Amino acid sequence: MHKISIENLYKIFGPHPEKALRLLEQGKTKDEIMQNTKHGVGVANASFYVDEGEIVVIMGLSGSGKSTLVRCINRLIEPTSGKVFVDNEDVTALSEEELRVFRQKHFGMVFQNFALFPHRTVLQNVEYGLEIQQTEPQERKERGMQAIEQVGLKGWEASYPSQLSGGMQQRVGLARALALDADIMLMDEAFSALDPLIRRDMQDELLMLQEEMQKTIVFISHDLDEALRLGDRIILMKDGVIVQEGTAEEILTSPANDYVVRFVEDVDMSKVLTAESVMVKPAEMAYYKTDGPKSALRKMKTAGISSIFVRKDRQLAGMVTAADAAEALKRGDKTLEHVMTENFDSVAPDTPANELFPLLADNNYPLAVVNEKNKLVGIIIKGSLLAGLAERGVS
Amino acid sequence: MEGYKIPIGQSIEALIDLLVDNFSFITKAFSNVTESGITILINIMMFFPPWLLILFFAGLAWFFSKKEGIAAFTLIGLVLIWNMGLWEPTVNTIALVLISTMFAIVIGVPLGIMAALNDIFYKIVMPILDFMQTMPAFVYLIPAIPFFGLGPVAAIFSTVVFSTPPAIRLTCLGIKQVPEELVEAADAFGSTKWQKLFKLQLPIATPTIMAGINQTIMLALSMVVIAAMIGAKGLGGEVWKAIQRLQPGRGFEAGIGIVIVAIILDRIMQRVGGKQE
Repeated sequence: MHKISIENLYKIFGPHPEKALRLLEQGKTKDEIMQNTKHGVGVANASFYVDEGEIVVIMGLSGSGKSTLVRCINRLIEPTSGKVFVDNEDVTALSEEELRVFRQKHFGMVFQNFALFPHRTVLQNVEYGLEIQQTEPQERKERGMQAIEQVGLKGWEASYPSQLSGGMQQRVGLARALALDADIMLMDEAFSALDPLIRRDMQDELLMLQEEMQKTIVFISHDLDEALRLGDRIILMKDGVIVQEGTAEEILTSPANDYVVRFVEDVDMSKVLTAESVMVKPAEMAYYKTDGPKSALRKMKTAGISSIFVRKDRQLAGMVTAADAAEALKRGDKTLEHVMTENFDSVAPDTPANELFPLLADNNYPLAVVNEKNKLVGIIIKGSLLAGLAERGVS
Repeated sequence: MEGYKIPIGQSIEALIDLLVDNFSFITKAFSNVTESGITILINIMMFFPPWLLILFFAGLAWFFSKKEGIAAFTLIGLVLIWNMGLWEPTVNTIALVLISTMFAIVIGVPLGIMAALNDIFYKIVMPILDFMQTMPAFVYLIPAIPFFGLGPVAAIFSTVVFSTPPAIRLTCLGIKQVPEELVEAADAFGSTKWQKLFKLQLPIATPTIMAGINQTIMLALSMVVIAAMIGAKGLGGEVWKAIQRLQPGRGFEAGIGIVIVAIILDRIMQRVGGKQE
């Protein structure tokens, strides 16, 4: 039995969808139908399933119908025809009242622009779903706090959403969905509004949470990089139609048609395989003005690293190894001036990944990724590059 | 063109006659309740010595606005009114404004909510509001008399008719302005219509609703003054007397009193609304 199963789902926008539906069956395209009947085709004949504990990413460019499709699952958008089954129960047949209760029980949802309630604190936002189910205040608070801790926002529960950064706001959005303990998570471009590095952090965190929770997740994205990282399976959509469905490897190695090929090519070359997409945040940084050999050494020890990059005037000034720092400490140096070396490699964020391999191979230190202003934006270590590539099923 | 006159005026008169003949028990009941309400409110306010009430209002102004300037203005303005010998008419005016505003809110906010949530109702109500707001205010005085007779109740009736539209309009606007995605989120978590209304839409719409209530109060004040013509007492009555007796000085004193009351009410209400943001 599949957890979610969608059968021949159509969504047509307009006052007389039957007409457009007939034209669709005759094989007319979305644009032709728009011209002839002024009806928009959101989703056409979509069928797929999601198994328990699986992450399925629905991917497509904007306007491809992916957001419409996910809203048809919990009927925020009413499907024109077709069936949606959750746990073998026909969601499309539920009455309004039954649907409301069904949503409370089964669906947590996370939105692209967070959709947090501005007049409620973080905790009150997270508690919202429980509050409307009339859970006891005590239990509500406990479960709310637990969800806040899960997403790493402990200590922020009394703040208002406007006081938080985008990444933190979306953590609240995630916690709001988690607090419900619903078995299905619908995530509509949940991380798309975030900065690339924060997005990566959130993806990692979602994967970590998923390991303990084993929820059934439908994740909408327009980003192949994200789809490949998160998805157990990927569904590619174009113009409301599902063009291919499969694992990351299947999509990359045997694209179903030209559209998928282009999608994979475009995104693959320019985005998936660049320094930016495999870099990680440095565990620790040394500051030229304030750190001497002793504090640099301590930073390396606590972070468990053998070398550290040094920042000066917001720019990357050099690198210090643990061995050099220890020696300088013996000599009694007070600054990092004499131990700092420029004997490391740095690359631009858009450097293709295949150029990174040789650089890492004959170097024991991390690669620095610097932008055009010589600011350190991330580092690449062997492990992170290999892991990044392995996840993507590319060699 | 004047051979046949379309009987608009006659029809309206016939309608009013019909209402007066058949529903006067309702208007009588309303009249009794409202009149005793006004009397009680005025008696309470007149029971205290003016200086105590002035201090109370100044304190209220400070409590809502947290601004010394507004509190000081309230204090000085009301003392000036007292000094001009206009304390009793001012109390009358404030009582009429408060009661009218209360009616306007009780009627206007629920209608505004309904208009925001129901498209058909919205389409019916909006042209009526346009009509009500464009009609010269004086016209409302006329039907009020056959229903309620001369006096404060007729004044309140026409004031409520005149000042309710902004409460309806801005309540409706405030709720419609709640971002679609927030409503969608509330739906996605399985909220009932009432939960959505009280936990999301009304709290977010509050500043806008407060702005509407502020307008309602201002319109009520202006109408209460005009309603002096049909026997409402108060500062408007003083102006009306001054016109009839050709006493420009007295008229201006009462006018200044109205301005002071208007500024005090406006500033306090603006703060009450603004605080929510």
